[in-house]
Amino acid sequence: MTEIGTPVRRREDYRFLTGQGTYTDDINRPGQLYTYILRSPHANARISGIDASGAAKAAGVAAIYTGKDLADAGVGGLPCGWQVHSKDGSPMLEPPHPVLAVDRVRHVGDPVAVVIADTLGHARDASELVKVNYATEPAVTNASEALKPGAPLVFPEVPGNVCYDWALGDLGAVDAALRSAARVVKLDLTNNRLVPNAMEPRAAIGDFDRATGEHTLYTTSQNPHVIRLLMGAFVLHIPEAKLRVVAPDVGGGFGSKIYHYAEEAIVTWAAAKLKKPVKWTAERVESFMSDAHGRDHATHVELGLDAQNKFVALKVSTIANMGAYLSTFATCIPTYLYGTLLAGTYTTPVIYVETKAVFTNTVPVDAYRGAGRPEATFLLERIVDLAADELGVDPAELRRKNFIPADAFPYQTPVALQYDSGDYFSTLDLATKAADYAGFEARRADAARRGKLRGIGIATYIEACGIAPSAVVGSLGARAGLFEAAAVRVHPTGSVTILTGSHSHGQGHETTFAQLVADGLGIPMESIEIVHGDSAKIPYGMGTYGSRSLAVGGTAIIKAMDKIIAKGKKIAAHLLEAAEADIEFKDGNFSVAGTDRSKSFGEIALTAYVPHNFPHEELEPGLDETAFYDPKNFTFPSGAYVAEVEIDPDTGTLEICSFNASDDFGRIINPMIVAGQVHGGLAQGIGQALLENCVYDKATGQLLTASYNDYAMPRADDLPHFALSTHATLCTHNPLGVKGCGEAGAIGAPAAISNAIVDALKPMGVRHVEMPATPEKLWRAIHQKAA
Amino acid sequence: MYEFNYHKPASLADAAKLLAGEEAKLVAGGMTLVPTLKQRLAKPSDLVDLAAIGGLKGIKEEGGGLTIGAMTRHVEVQRSADVKRVIPALAALAGMIGDPAVRNRGTIGGSVSNNDPAADYPAALVGLGATVVTTKREIGAEQFFTGMFETALGQDEIVTAIKFPKPQAAAYQKFKNPASRYAIVGVFVARTAGGVRVAVTGAGPCVFRVPAMEAALGKSFSADAIKDITVPDSGLNSDIHASAEYRAHLVNVMARRAVAACA
Amino acid sequence: MQKTVSLTVNGKPVSATVEGRTLLVQLLRETLGLTGTHVGCDTSQCGACVVHVDGEAVKSCTLLAVQAEGRTVKTIEDVADGDTLHPMQEAFRDNHALQCGFCTPGMIMSALDLVKNNPDPSDREIREYLEGNFCRCTGYHNIVLAIKAGAAAMRGAKVAAE
Repeated sequence: MTEIGTPVRRREDYRFLTGQGTYTDDINRPGQLYTYILRSPHANARISGIDASGAAKAAGVAAIYTGKDLADAGVGGLPCGWQVHSKDGSPMLEPPHPVLAVDRVRHVGDPVAVVIADTLGHARDASELVKVNYATEPAVTNASEALKPGAPLVFPEVPGNVCYDWALGDLGAVDAALRSAARVVKLDLTNNRLVPNAMEPRAAIGDFDRATGEHTLYTTSQNPHVIRLLMGAFVLHIPEAKLRVVAPDVGGGFGSKIYHYAEEAIVTWAAAKLKKPVKWTAERVESFMSDAHGRDHATHVELGLDAQNKFVALKVSTIANMGAYLSTFATCIPTYLYGTLLAGTYTTPVIYVETKAVFTNTVPVDAYRGAGRPEATFLLERIVDLAADELGVDPAELRRKNFIPADAFPYQTPVALQYDSGDYFSTLDLATKAADYAGFEARRADAARRGKLRGIGIATYIEACGIAPSAVVGSLGARAGLFEAAAVRVHPTGSVTILTGSHSHGQGHETTFAQLVADGLGIPMESIEIVHGDSAKIPYGMGTYGSRSLAVGGTAIIKAMDKIIAKGKKIAAHLLEAAEADIEFKDGNFSVAGTDRSKSFGEIALTAYVPHNFPHEELEPGLDETAFYDPKNFTFPSGAYVAEVEIDPDTGTLEICSFNASDDFGRIINPMIVAGQVHGGLAQGIGQALLENCVYDKATGQLLTASYNDYAMPRADDLPHFALSTHATLCTHNPLGVKGCGEAGAIGAPAAISNAIVDALKPMGVRHVEMPATPEKLWRAIHQKAA
Repeated sequence: MYEFNYHKPASLADAAKLLAGEEAKLVAGGMTLVPTLKQRLAKPSDLVDLAAIGGLKGIKEEGGGLTIGAMTRHVEVQRSADVKRVIPALAALAGMIGDPAVRNRGTIGGSVSNNDPAADYPAALVGLGATVVTTKREIGAEQFFTGMFETALGQDEIVTAIKFPKPQAAAYQKFKNPASRYAIVGVFVARTAGGVRVAVTGAGPCVFRVPAMEAALGKSFSADAIKDITVPDSGLNSDIHASAEYRAHLVNVMARRAVAACA
Repeated sequence: MQKTVSLTVNGKPVSATVEGRTLLVQLLRETLGLTGTHVGCDTSQCGACVVHVDGEAVKSCTLLAVQAEGRTVKTIEDVADGDTLHPMQEAFRDNHALQCGFCTPGMIMSALDLVKNNPDPSDREIREYLEGNFCRCTGYHNIVLAIKAGAAAMRGAKVAAE
């Protein structure tokens, strides 16, 4: 009974299709109060006083808290989970990140006070009566500007606004190789700041049980156990045993719901203080100014090539915007999830990368779908295309010439990672053939006859997924392990509950994991229940991000199933009066090898719980096993994308004519779900390339894109149909051979689109167009008009 | 949203009385007002809903043109066989407003009274030389739209209908804001008995005509005739989505396309 | 100012006391417990809140509850026939047109509105019709396929019924 590789329809869909999902804001606790968070309207200001006396008397108000109240109550700051060290060995500067601002606000949206009332309307009404005395000061929102002498300081204790100045690679070797290179191609580019925009706004409900002293937090999280750890241990000092964190149905995350946010601590703390449930739900405008943003890099890149067009060295210098505070995993994104990916799919022998992480008066920046890897891929694939253009060679051929050969795996890159498997030629062949790459010039000529500029662009990518080997990340500064846990709980009549530390917020784990278990235990899908998202039920969990759920979480389930099967064999051996070594488990039956004597999985389960005839001297009753799996390496999905675009020179309007994606995700459990993940990633990647941009006003530090009126979300009519294919090389170090598929589209698409645009604008001598390539930018590039 | 008193009068006279207070606001479809209230950008004491007042809805062919009741929804204009026959460009324009769910609620009277600088209807009214009928008078569209979010309406004056004369030909071309889908530039071109009219929305603080284009098109109604006529970018809107220079350029492109679409 | 509003929701008459400022979506979610209708933005763009009012798709976050007086409202909870999914819901499932599920109720209500007016929409017509419905998960690819398939199934069901 194999379910693996089958497009099984999703088990979670029925509840979502009928409006029966339970998202955090759908939960209402008896007697709950509502929270409105008063946020800073200023990018940088000193708070000289807060007068909440009027607001406290307003209708329905239960309580008003300020940063001072929380500080006085011993509430800690929000911690950062990864310590990066600078080139000189010094640790990153880590200024405090209070739950509520105390004496200074550092970005528009920084929470200042909490108003809790019987209705949300009353809370918001009262919030307008809270008088905050702000003394505004100059702000800086652009990271390059923040590095300039005399720039406003986000923290007086952080000179030059530099959080760290990190580097990886052999600078001497890279400089020497660039000096002797036949050609050095250089480019400055930015990776535009994005807002993740999960469709479900964040929400949190704190509840406190006076009888037991237990705190419960319902929250829109990708990793409830991580929130329990961070909030319990560092912020509110609640022991895990008294703190339950539930992440019910979650309406998309894309990274933004990994982090521990102030509102989670606020409602949990206030619920205990007020002895009433306290609910908070973000308005979209709050999401824009409080959800961690993504990307925001400014980079200079140099690629050296020898006379045979082989890459000889890559040198990258990046300024990364951290925002006003360090979000939970912010610091590892532009370093270990970025610099280590700069070999890409190529044999570049020496690579040097340095990253300055910079504080600015903006919302904190952290992982957003791809997290570091899209930034690495974008610059690499842009510079490779630029090199092809300068050399007058075909960009596909230049890539093939420099690909890591398919027989070179495992392949050690010069930037720490060891790729276990891959075949970049095959995915590029698939994508270029599907795109009719060879026939493109005829289409370009046809477009030209219609007055349109047509271009084709290739991007290949590699990503490091399955995050992550704990020992490795620990040596790099991670303050947590990155294993995953799972429990397989077999019930007496043979049905099974899987408790997984992974969290599904769109990925379809309830289906994919059930497929794994149906396959592994030989039982029908209907007998399998997948449970996730509740720290009171799940043994432990590090959550879902970095395309890790199947490679790490799925493997944990496999490991727990292995234990179930091993115990089942012992029970079967006893029942069948055979040697344990002779018991085989296949298709849900334990049988004595070479005989027709067997016991079904259900019979073994029943025996485990009704142990009348049971090997008590060597086994405990019951059939319930837990496994923790710590991966041996990252996994390395890869692929090649080909985009074809047509631009109207009159307006700069762009149409995507076709998008062909070919990916290597290793073994695929559910191809339907995998295709959906690729589609979604591509949409976000195309959104970055063409539409999305988070913009701050330079003079005032105001967030100009704080609603969908100004932040351009990809709509259905912005996007093409996608043509997908896959070519699998198996991951060598997990039992499933799986690699991960969640971020690929967002990683590869921006460069593919950008390369197609630059190809279309080649006749105008255009070398690069910054993202998002809006119609006006394209129009200016075409007509050589300065912005 | 701030709390307010809600009224649903049965007659225009009652509505006008309720409007007399300075802080009262009308609500028709509410597609602009309700989001504005939600963001607490307005604080009306009273909200006067026009939904129960009879006689404000419907599309009539009159005097060779169309009279459209103020409470007629965008979807009704978009799908109306009469509008498609008499002024097809107007039906097409209505189909470009907002999104389908917004068009199912939003009304022509509400849109016109709000006079959002990036709204579509003002271009049609000015482009077609329409007349705005209110509880007090009839006003030419150009006199009606007085500035950004401003009209000639008095505090207790209510738009009841719009009268559109039938043009010989007309077309609307819209360049949409990628985020809001409002017009970055929308150009309505009409050939009428009284000459060619070119009305531009989205580009400036308020809908405006382009006399130079109208004159050139009057001589030769072809896209080529206005190829070199540009509007000055001074005074045009400039924001993160489009500079004034780009908007000025788009006015030319959209006007040429509208002329071509009239053919 | 408290007002009593009476309307029909999913075939049942309901009556509730609301403030003037109460939105229809708040009445549905908070008073009536119909939490299938979602709120994803403050600016009437995302479409997670789409319901049918008198048979037409409407953004319930942009309609005051008092404006729904006397009207007939249908939400996602009333689309399936008992435990049997509506053909459009079935098409969404079969085409994997949902991931996190948050936009899904609004998508389905909009899709039904589209098909009512255009029983055989093209890909382009579907994409344009979804201007007011955002999905961050699917890239819309499978939603377009699903609406096409759902429309075909609804045409088939209509033919079968006739």
